[in-house]
Amino acid sequence: MRNYLIGAGLAVLVAGMADAAMAQSEIKIGEINSYSLLPAFTEPYRKGWQLAVEEINAAGGINGKKLVVISKDDNGKPADAQTAANELVSSENVAMLAGTFLSNIGLAVSDFANQKKVFFLAAEPLTDAITWSKGNRYTFRLRPSNYMQAAMLVEAAAKLPAKRWATIAPNYEYGQSAVAVFKKLMSEKRPDIQWVDEQWPPQGKIDAGPVVQAVAAANPEAILNVTFGADLVKLVREGNTRGLFKDRAVVSFLTGEPEYLDPLKDETPEGWIVTGYPWYAIKTPEHEAFLKAYQAKFKDYPRLGSIVGYQTIKSAAAILIKAHSTDPEKLIAATEGLSVSSPFGEITFRKIDHQSTLGAFVGKTALKDGKGVMVESSYKKGSDYLPGDAEIEKLRPKD
Amino acid sequence: MAFYIAQFLTGLASAASLFLVASGLSIIFGVTRIVNFAHGAFYMLGAYIAFTLTERFSGALGFWGGIFVAALVVAVVGVLVEMVLLRRIYHSPELFQLLATFGLTLMVQDIVVLIWGPSDLLGRRAPGFKGAVDFFGQNIPSYDLFLIVLGPVVLGILWLLFQRTRWGILVRAATQDRDMVAALGVNQKWLFTSVFAVGVFLAALGGALQIPRDAVHHAMDLRIIVEVFVVVVIGGLGSIIGAFVAAVLVSELNAFGILIFPKISIILVFLVMAVVLIVRPWGLFGKPEAPARRTPGLTVNPWRPLTSNERLAAIAMLIVAAALPFFSGNYALTVGSEIAIFVIFAVSLHFLMSVGGLASFGHAAYFGLGAYGVAFLAKLAGLPMIACLLLGPLLGLFGAAVFGFFAVQLSGVYFAMLTLAFAQIVWSIAFQWVAVTGGDNGILGVWPEKWAASPSHFYWLSLGIAALAVLILRIIVFSPFGFALRATRDSPLRSEAIGINCKRIQWTAFVIAGTVAGLAGALFAYLKGSVFPDNMGISLSVDALVMVLLGGVETVSGAVVGAIVYKALNIWLVSQTDWSKLVLGAFIVLIVVAFPKGIVGTLESIISRRRKSSSSNSPLLTSRIETAE
Repeated sequence: MRNYLIGAGLAVLVAGMADAAMAQSEIKIGEINSYSLLPAFTEPYRKGWQLAVEEINAAGGINGKKLVVISKDDNGKPADAQTAANELVSSENVAMLAGTFLSNIGLAVSDFANQKKVFFLAAEPLTDAITWSKGNRYTFRLRPSNYMQAAMLVEAAAKLPAKRWATIAPNYEYGQSAVAVFKKLMSEKRPDIQWVDEQWPPQGKIDAGPVVQAVAAANPEAILNVTFGADLVKLVREGNTRGLFKDRAVVSFLTGEPEYLDPLKDETPEGWIVTGYPWYAIKTPEHEAFLKAYQAKFKDYPRLGSIVGYQTIKSAAAILIKAHSTDPEKLIAATEGLSVSSPFGEITFRKIDHQSTLGAFVGKTALKDGKGVMVESSYKKGSDYLPGDAEIEKLRPKD
Repeated sequence: MAFYIAQFLTGLASAASLFLVASGLSIIFGVTRIVNFAHGAFYMLGAYIAFTLTERFSGALGFWGGIFVAALVVAVVGVLVEMVLLRRIYHSPELFQLLATFGLTLMVQDIVVLIWGPSDLLGRRAPGFKGAVDFFGQNIPSYDLFLIVLGPVVLGILWLLFQRTRWGILVRAATQDRDMVAALGVNQKWLFTSVFAVGVFLAALGGALQIPRDAVHHAMDLRIIVEVFVVVVIGGLGSIIGAFVAAVLVSELNAFGILIFPKISIILVFLVMAVVLIVRPWGLFGKPEAPARRTPGLTVNPWRPLTSNERLAAIAMLIVAAALPFFSGNYALTVGSEIAIFVIFAVSLHFLMSVGGLASFGHAAYFGLGAYGVAFLAKLAGLPMIACLLLGPLLGLFGAAVFGFFAVQLSGVYFAMLTLAFAQIVWSIAFQWVAVTGGDNGILGVWPEKWAASPSHFYWLSLGIAALAVLILRIIVFSPFGFALRATRDSPLRSEAIGINCKRIQWTAFVIAGTVAGLAGALFAYLKGSVFPDNMGISLSVDALVMVLLGGVETVSGAVVGAIVYKALNIWLVSQTDWSKLVLGAFIVLIVVAFPKGIVGTLESIISRRRKSSSSNSPLLTSRIETAE
């Protein structure tokens, strides 16, 4: 018995020493996302960053050190995200924070990062506030913001002959600011258009029938949609049955992302102008390499979440390699102006507002073999859809 | 004109699906008094199983058969749940069953993702009801027409079932007075099981019938459960016709409301419920609840202040807790602060629930108001931290004073639902009034000042305030006011007869609880450095309920233990596993079975039983009293 105890003690000791030795030779990134609340997006996202970690370590890691990602769930709540961030920073001693999906969680973590002086790379939150009105020097963001996606869609929408527009958007910050930016940019380009109706169903709780009827009653020539996920499915089903989309142009945020397009199956409406990710139609060498690696590893096709997860960790690794340090100030200096390659081509983290120039694909929805696809799609570079530096200086508080 | 008729019909179709689910909940509550939080989970399971069946079996028979079989399968699951789990806890304190069904709900949310995957699923359209009918230029989906017919048909079948069968008579009798039904020799076990089965069947049918219109996904349950509760309460608990009328009322108000106020859907049902409950305290078709016949004195171990030994033990534990910063890292301290804050929050609700007998489903409102109070004072007025901590909770006090005045006019579940409605109204103001509250992006940068910024200092601050809050509330419990409050809980009639102003006493208790919750919220704002509408959301209110029930309603300070166990477990599981909801839910279900009076409540009754038997107090007598309950 006694020998056994000593043996166990030794084993613990050895394991502890091994841990300590490991810590010397690895660099940790703390990752937070809404895994339990939004699995449709975050599962492919997780696969994306797992692939990135594998590739980085196969290529020699971070300047010889192994890259480790410690991932936490935030339950979809800002307060829980901060608890997770705190754990990652205080007890896991991560070099930086990354991730988040919902805008309010992204903002909460970015405020935490600012307070605790930790580097934070926001992956997905779309709100303009995170880089502009509530931006801070510790926070960078990967995905094209609300403003950028709106600007991409406006470019296509302004060419439509439609003059009477209606909007349908989920009633929270994302929906509100998407509509506001779209309206502003659209009215600048086309002073002749009218906004005839707006519908604000609660996120996740759309009562689609009455909403569709109400929009149809205003008789718009074109519709802007910002709903996504289950709300989008209900809206499309009711809209198809009630003929809302017949002979009307529809412009829609995010609908071309496989996460939201694929569930629509054979009920996908045709001809909507959308932002998204047509993984089947991108023929660049960077993307082909990513696609091949992803499919080989997971036996599944990538969603947009996969790209975001992959590129978040790839960018983080590039930052760490360039900084040669985990000091937040050096990380910031390394990131400002850093260019990294991505499956969508080279992107740059801008110095002026810490936004990356990752773009998005704009195209039209179509039906092919009973499935929704994006056609006539083209890649829009993020850098082409941002306002001028003078305007950003006005928007962003000084550090 | 055609448009308004079309809009009306659309509203009716929405009402039909709401009614199916609501009627099941109403029956279950009417007979068993279980607040079945898992009703939404059964609804979701119905949709998922129907999706699988209708994908596998084609044709009209496959579709309609699939829907029916799915509802049956879920009803069988419901029967198993009732027999294995709920039967064990019918004699637990009121609302304890809510804890069990809450645990189940958590589990089901993870289980459906495990089985059916994370993506939204698109079910088939109903054969024969794929298109739309042209109504003077308005397209009305034929499936909507089917639902419009189905609603009244189900209502009719239920009416026949209740009016024309022996089973129905028993159900109605039990809804009115279940003790009397039991006294007359009806086998309650099977009555409850069958009622539960019917209720779950209706929920699952409601879910299965959604697949041609909706996406099947893992958040369906939460989307419907609160709305359904509201419909049931507006209609009057246990009233099927009431549920139908309320479903139509809510759906039509929504259908026409969005034409004028497109943002109204987010709050409409709660506004309607608040108005209905203030005007008609028992819902549209409900009847006043008969006064409780149970004498609570029998079930509760008489409360007494701590003995001096117990006081020393409590102080020793406090000292141990205060020593935490000397041997643990910053993360543990921050978690410790969070737990201390939730102890404050939970004891404030516990004070209202166990001393006042008033179960609030919207206690987070006052927590959130306290947090927003601090955020406004710190960000807009720029006050120092101490001033914010002292003044911020006043917003919680103010909210509690206003809403409490209306809420204490009601009792039981109606009280609970009115507090929920008020909480949702406050939440939606915080959510919608972007210019002042920042909407769902919240208010950032509410960090503590230097003297409290380090994790250990903040931990001591939170721990000190928590200890103070528990102490003060205990003093109140054993003060004359506390005795008066307990009197209003145990027998409103007798306490009024001896000259206690019940409503005023309860109102005061509500304000005290709201203020203490506001204090917790104020600390929470500083702990997180930011405030979000989440801080007053339903899930936080439910968390508080769970903590109180977990600790034990019939204890003086059980919520302290409940809050520590629940919060620590929650934080740890979320950090450790990807399936935290599944594990946490299973754990809650286990606790419910192992500690049918809550953790502290069960331990106390074990200890007092030991004490009694050791002091050779006639054990026979006590056991007889317990069985007589």
